[in-house]
Amino acid sequence: MPELTYREAVRDALSQAMRGDDRIFMMGEDIAEMGGSMGVTTGMVAEFGSERIRNTPISEIAIVGAGIGAAIQGMLPVVEIMYEDFLTISMEQLVNQAAKHRTMSGGQIKVPLTVRTQGGAGWSPGAQHAQQLESWFVHVPGLKVVFASTPEDVRGLLWSSIYDPNPVIFFEHRTLYPIKGEVPDEIVPIPLGKARVHLEGTDVTVIATGRLVHESLRAAEEAEQDGISVEVVDPRTLSPLDSETLIASVRKTTRCVTAHEAVVQGGFGAELAAVIQHGAFDYLDAPIERVGAQFAPLAFAPVMENFCVPHAANVLAAIHRTLARA
Amino acid sequence: MAPVAQVPATDSGEKSRASAGTLSDKRLRELFREMLLIRRFEEKVEERFRAGDLPGFLHVAIGQEAVASGVCEALEPDDVIASTHRAHAHTIAKGTPVNAIMAEMYGKNEGCSQGYGGSMHLYDVARGNMGANAVVGGGLPQIAGAALAFKLRKEPRVAVAFFGDGATNTGAFHESMNLAQLWKLPVLFVLENNGWAESTPATQQLPLAVEEMGQRAAAYGMTAMEVDGQDLEAVVEATRSARDHAVSGLGPVFMNVRTYRFTGHYVGDPQVYRDKSEVRQLRETQDPLELLRARLGMTGEEFERIDADVMAEVDGSVAFAQAGTDPDPQDALKWVYAEGSMEHGSKEPLSTEPRA
Repeated sequence: MPELTYREAVRDALSQAMRGDDRIFMMGEDIAEMGGSMGVTTGMVAEFGSERIRNTPISEIAIVGAGIGAAIQGMLPVVEIMYEDFLTISMEQLVNQAAKHRTMSGGQIKVPLTVRTQGGAGWSPGAQHAQQLESWFVHVPGLKVVFASTPEDVRGLLWSSIYDPNPVIFFEHRTLYPIKGEVPDEIVPIPLGKARVHLEGTDVTVIATGRLVHESLRAAEEAEQDGISVEVVDPRTLSPLDSETLIASVRKTTRCVTAHEAVVQGGFGAELAAVIQHGAFDYLDAPIERVGAQFAPLAFAPVMENFCVPHAANVLAAIHRTLARA
Repeated sequence: MAPVAQVPATDSGEKSRASAGTLSDKRLRELFREMLLIRRFEEKVEERFRAGDLPGFLHVAIGQEAVASGVCEALEPDDVIASTHRAHAHTIAKGTPVNAIMAEMYGKNEGCSQGYGGSMHLYDVARGNMGANAVVGGGLPQIAGAALAFKLRKEPRVAVAFFGDGATNTGAFHESMNLAQLWKLPVLFVLENNGWAESTPATQQLPLAVEEMGQRAAAYGMTAMEVDGQDLEAVVEATRSARDHAVSGLGPVFMNVRTYRFTGHYVGDPQVYRDKSEVRQLRETQDPLELLRARLGMTGEEFERIDADVMAEVDGSVAFAQAGTDPDPQDALKWVYAEGSMEHGSKEPLSTEPRA
């Protein structure tokens, strides 16, 4: 099996899809010659031309809105919002328009739009370039929400998102772009709404997304040295959620930690906790622990940033808290 | 290609009222009937709303009929529009039967949005109506996107955004204008400039006079036209020129269509912000139906005949709607997500589904 970085895996999904399908084109800020602010689309304008790899003005309303309109008219647009913090600017188009056309029209319209974006801390960007806002979109019926954590997953999930007949908000994590991983020779589409069990265990389930999948796997390694068997599950798609897999895991382990980089309050972990307590109430041996960022706009100084966002140590501490009650 | 004049923004456009049209007398009479159908439809939904028949709330376009009919007359069937909260006139003019619109007002399965939309969300995708939008300015970027799809596929189609002067203060408007001009997209930006943003007059929400709104297009290097929106023939002619310009690859056109809203913002609006005599005067001097009727030299007898025919159609739509079927409450969940896949390599021209 070939090895790709997460960045290359995103590019591979985009390029392979575009090669065989004239309906797909991309729009975003600096995605053409510059290759995007994260270098994801490097080289794509040379292959596909500037009609299909379109540099846009700094106009997040128009980028998303034009993507919606083109999608309604039969295209499969992939738009890039450079930082997920800037999704806030396109919120009206995402929430009131993309998500609602199908229902408001009584099923006359499909919006097969993919909105790629990225974010995450770990490089001192300050408070406006590092948020994790995925939970906002989980609250909106009509949108699908994907957050991939490995090269294999990001490639297979992006492919499925492009071909999904609904608007998909596709989150990538900045610090994951350079990580390497094996991918299948051919792109294997990963269905939206299917979780992935990264590590099987028996004592506690950690449900993690994005960068925290990797932090949780590190925490699991350390826990193992203390004789604690940790199961790590990544939902991968936040909406629709593979509740069945998550509940089955917690029924088996009887303990649950949720882990994401977004702030804890109102974060996706709250939804997970609700789903788990309902589906595995009689099985739980401890309150569900939630790991996430401190409830503060992210401070610039590296020492403060490091304090605010969660790491493997925070996940490990949460694991121990669930076991302390046994 | 018909030339499009860069009309100075200070031009009031009044001279276009005397325009010698290219529409046949027969066609003008058909359009008169359509405008009267819009008027009578609006009056009827006001009546049924006040009677308590209709849920939600309504915005009628009485006084603005010639804009809807004139613009849509100049479009080809494949062209698409996006409408506003004041959507009934555009939807009728784009060809949706009044039965389907009235049934939508009543929240019935037979409605043009099957009861999911209501007055502010009228859709008829098969007829090129991408939907009415209840967020001011919300439809504009999507019209730019539709036009981008046409341009990428080299289809000779245009996308038309209707919006009011209030929408020109939104970011969505400015981003859409900028993008459309930058990419030379085949868009017609049809400003229905009635001088009001809900209850707020132009003087309190626009730094430009209503007749200067073409300057907003000039800021983007976009071709602008001044149009008398009470003169049906002027609207048709201007839209034809604008369409020719846009579809030939020269880029979008901004149409500053001066019109008048004879009613309040919504049905039931007491209009405490507006002098009653102003409305009376507008109805006497600026009624697009009266202006066209005079132009056609229509006799009272002919008018009565058309009006009776139109009233029968509108009354019939009420009967149709009242006899319609209520949706199954659980069908509220039916269209949240589309099923299936867009299938790699398939090139279906439209992502729309035929209506049942």
